[in-house]
Amino acid sequence: MNQKVLEAVNISKYFHDPTTVQVLKDINFSLNKGEFVSITGKSGCGKSTLLYILSTMDTDYSGDLLIDGVSMKQKKEKELAFVRNEKIGFVFQFHYLLNEFSVLKNVALPGLNLGKLSQKEVEDKAYEKLKILGIEKEAYKKPNQLSGGQKQRVAIARALINDPIIIMGDEPTGNLDKKNSQIVFDIFKELSEVFNQTLLIVTHDNDFALNTNRIIEMEDGKIL
Amino acid sequence: MIKLTFSIAYALLLARWKQTLVAAIGVTFSITMFIALLGFMNGLNELLDGLVINRTPHISIYNEILPTENQPTDKYFFNENIYNFISSKKPKNELSQIYNSGAIIQTLKSDNRVLGVSPKLTTQVFYNTGTIDISGIINGIDVIAENKLFTFSDYVIKGNSEDLKTVSNSIILGKGAADVLLVDIGDVIQVTSNKGEISQLKVVGIFQSGIKDIDKVQSYTSISTAQKLLGVSNNYITDIQIKLKNLNLAPQIAAEFRSTFNVDAIDIQTANAQYETGSSVRSLISYAVGITLLIVAGFGIYNILNMMIYEKMDTIAILKATGFSGSQVKFIFISIALTIGIFGGILGLLFGFGTSYLIDQIPFNTAALPTIKTYPVSYNPKYYLIGGIFSIVTTYFAGYFPSRKASKVDPVIIIRGK
Repeated sequence: MNQKVLEAVNISKYFHDPTTVQVLKDINFSLNKGEFVSITGKSGCGKSTLLYILSTMDTDYSGDLLIDGVSMKQKKEKELAFVRNEKIGFVFQFHYLLNEFSVLKNVALPGLNLGKLSQKEVEDKAYEKLKILGIEKEAYKKPNQLSGGQKQRVAIARALINDPIIIMGDEPTGNLDKKNSQIVFDIFKELSEVFNQTLLIVTHDNDFALNTNRIIEMEDGKIL
Repeated sequence: MIKLTFSIAYALLLARWKQTLVAAIGVTFSITMFIALLGFMNGLNELLDGLVINRTPHISIYNEILPTENQPTDKYFFNENIYNFISSKKPKNELSQIYNSGAIIQTLKSDNRVLGVSPKLTTQVFYNTGTIDISGIINGIDVIAENKLFTFSDYVIKGNSEDLKTVSNSIILGKGAADVLLVDIGDVIQVTSNKGEISQLKVVGIFQSGIKDIDKVQSYTSISTAQKLLGVSNNYITDIQIKLKNLNLAPQIAAEFRSTFNVDAIDIQTANAQYETGSSVRSLISYAVGITLLIVAGFGIYNILNMMIYEKMDTIAILKATGFSGSQVKFIFISIALTIGIFGGILGLLFGFGTSYLIDQIPFNTAALPTIKTYPVSYNPKYYLIGGIFSIVTTYFAGYFPSRKASKVDPVIIIRGK
């Protein structure tokens, strides 16, 4: 059966500076569990803007957003932070790892913040996630000792730590070379097929998009 | 969760440990100066106050020489049609003796607000040397009570104050008077009382109060010697000096004694108002300087945290993106500020104590203050408490505004800006 993980209802967004421009126009779509979806479109079509609204980080929009069947519209900042922590894993174009902490601690941080497991359990779990991504050897290094591809894999492990119901990516391969892009894609594919993980990835890499289950193409703030 | 935010704060703090150190040194320096300055200033205050207040009774009971309130004329010629004009009034014919002094002293001693009572007999005399008479004042005192209440022996620079009690017809001369009379311990001086009687008194000690006008005229004998000098009975005393347990109650209690015993009583606040004013103004100045130092240190912390937040925008953004709330981010930066404040503050208190201790070792000799050998320093825990609390409060506010800014960072802007 198809369970709706995420649903966008009539989402519109305006930018007001310098002049009022509508960047998203009545976006309606939903994601089912286990789907591997990519959003593509030209630069400036609003795809990243949409993603940040779907991620709950951007709250300045009209319409409604349901994650796991729960509306996000009325939630407060703190509650949204909790939703992001528990239900959403995020992978950005840039890795955003904290150089002050080891790779393992970086992965464990959102898990420790969630506070459902003890520190030991979270760290074991973080190690497991690193193992899935094949970088468990680097667990005790600092992020700045890793290569770009490795960093991005650590970032993916961090997104996975709380077993989120959805992973969102904003050009996760944008900073990587062909080979590393392929590795990251394969990881996503594996997550989708083996772990039935829902993924929503914004990309302008057509090869990447073509290999996903479903492509949402956008133009001028609308889904085509 | 709190442990986690602390560990993040700790990591950020160590990542910029040099800046953190500079900020902490700022706090340490200002607390050190605050403690040293206040300790020194108040040590000096206490010394100067002590100069007067320790030797001044909290309440002094005496008999003012006044004309009687009910003139005899008024007693015999009075009705509505008569108004008496009396010119050239004279004080009533009585001595400055306190009547019933023994009973008053007994009552005072059993009053539990009173710390101690010391009777005194003051009379004017002439010290005779050669053909010259020098006017002076002899205080007949109970030397034991005087030592206990007014630390009299501290000011006796030569000889032993207790000899007043044991050696009959003995006197402790002020240093100024002794210099003029050219006498030293063991010499005998001749004193003429205001009644014209001449007595020989043996010098057993020399005292120096630090106030020259006092040292030139005052001298001390035992009460009985003074009574002999005046040729009066052994219950004749002119003053009762009282020390209270709580100095602040003096005006109120003085008023009470005035009516109960039907005598004159003056409290220390009325008699020495100027000293209180002086010391409170000095404290105020040192507080102002100390607090200014702390506020400057606070601005230092504010700047460093602000810079740290600009540097760590990415970190803040990713923390928020992965589910840290604004208040958690705020907590991280406030705990950084407080860590700086607490560690800097504790070190500052220690260094402040050290500096105070050093100042305390510096020799400081002045003829005016015979009991003082080094610079006076106060170690009142109050200043340490104020310093400690203020270091935390300042750093909290210095951290509060940058933290609030950090908590309001919009992760979307940071992440999309890349």
